[in-house]
Amino acid sequence: MNDSANRQETAQSSGSSPIVRLEGVNKHFGRLHVMQDIDLSVAQGEVVVIIGASGSGKSTLIRCVNGLEPFQSGRIEVDGKTLLPNGASGKSLQAVRTEVGMVFQQFNLFPHLSIRDNVTLAPRKVRGMTRRQANAIADRLLERVGISDQADKHPTQLSGGQQQRVALARALAMEPRLMLFDEPTSALDPEMIGEVLDAMRELVNDGMTMMIVTHEMGFAREVADRVVFVHGGQIVEQGPPDQLFDQPRHERTQAFLSRVLKH
Amino acid sequence: MEFNFQFDWQAAIDSLPFLLKGLPYTLLISFAGLAIGFVIGIVFGLMRIGPSRWIRWPAVVYVEVFRGTPVLVQVLFIFYGLPTLLGGPIDALTAGIAAIALNAGAYISEIVRGGVQSIERGQREAGLSLGLSPPQTFRYVIWPQALRRMIPALGNQGIVSIKDTSLFSVIGVGELVRQGQVYIANTFTALEVYFMIALLYLAITLSLSLALSLLERKGLVG
Repeated sequence: MNDSANRQETAQSSGSSPIVRLEGVNKHFGRLHVMQDIDLSVAQGEVVVIIGASGSGKSTLIRCVNGLEPFQSGRIEVDGKTLLPNGASGKSLQAVRTEVGMVFQQFNLFPHLSIRDNVTLAPRKVRGMTRRQANAIADRLLERVGISDQADKHPTQLSGGQQQRVALARALAMEPRLMLFDEPTSALDPEMIGEVLDAMRELVNDGMTMMIVTHEMGFAREVADRVVFVHGGQIVEQGPPDQLFDQPRHERTQAFLSRVLKH
Repeated sequence: MEFNFQFDWQAAIDSLPFLLKGLPYTLLISFAGLAIGFVIGIVFGLMRIGPSRWIRWPAVVYVEVFRGTPVLVQVLFIFYGLPTLLGGPIDALTAGIAAIALNAGAYISEIVRGGVQSIERGQREAGLSLGLSPPQTFRYVIWPQALRRMIPALGNQGIVSIKDTSLFSVIGVGELVRQGQVYIANTFTALEVYFMIALLYLAITLSLSLALSLLERKGLVG
């Protein structure tokens, strides 16, 4: 109950209606109940970081928001469009995906396309832009993430950190209203994590609404408006980062944080 | 009786003009059959990974039947068997093309299925997450990558099918082997003629191998 009070407070304090709202979402993988009655709202411009042990359901949660994971009951509203259980969303599924960008742990760049074409594919095919219009957008975004001199190369010729920054540019090219990050730095060599977090920081400063699953606790504390702790498919606790990291109320949160913050 | 163990190069060269009359048939059956087989392979290969069992099942039956029976039996069935069902003759060339198309189509179905399934799930997810529809994701993200991975296996199948056309001498298609048999019947130069036929097949299959390896190399860079 505390949690739900908290959530409403956060949503109200930012002074706008939520752009994402999950209501009573349940998901099963066979016998495994990976999401249990999840309620969660994200306000426009809010940065929500979701933390939890692996297998806790945190990735599944954000993958439901753009319909990459079907769920069995409840509903998800994204920017006024509704996703329904059991793949019954129909047209709104693609509409949601057009408005929501995602960055994956494994980058998932298209290896057969140049860096520039990776960025322009969706604007051309979904938004119907000409190659010229799309290239202009791509060049601007690639410059912003510091990859402009690599636009004609192919993904495999880039480092992991560069690839992830291209993936970010690719998602931004669709001018999303919400960005999802699924462990964006977990597959990176340590020396490349910083450059990706920097690019994300810039996005936070621009006021992008973001849902981030990460193990980077320092980054979470720095950029999050709200941190959500997930365990066993449930939201155990959520709150502003200072409160959640410094005075976690739930013993599961305490146990998790003592494990990840020690080293 | 006199045995001649000498390879008569002159006889081999003399047979060439007559043999070459069979080359267009060999090439026509091979490439028409493979082109149709490729279309069949794409359709049934994608059906095999389709969303419902009513789509997958017919594809499984087709693949098992035409992969599990000899192409020689298939062409005999089409040429001698089908006309009694259809009530009219089927011309030998058509029968040959149909047999190659159906047989290669079954193998290519499996190549297509394997190629598409080999693409990491994250590729599809990335395409969908950008707002591409599932068909667009397939066309612009999955298929180009799958096709590139399929090239070596498709090349293999092409070579197998080209060689399979030699069986169609039995239904009287005037392809390379048939031409050779006719020529040998008049000249008794089996050694030289079959040697030349083998060389001609090798020339076709090596050209195909070469073309495909160029395509593959270009694909890997491009």
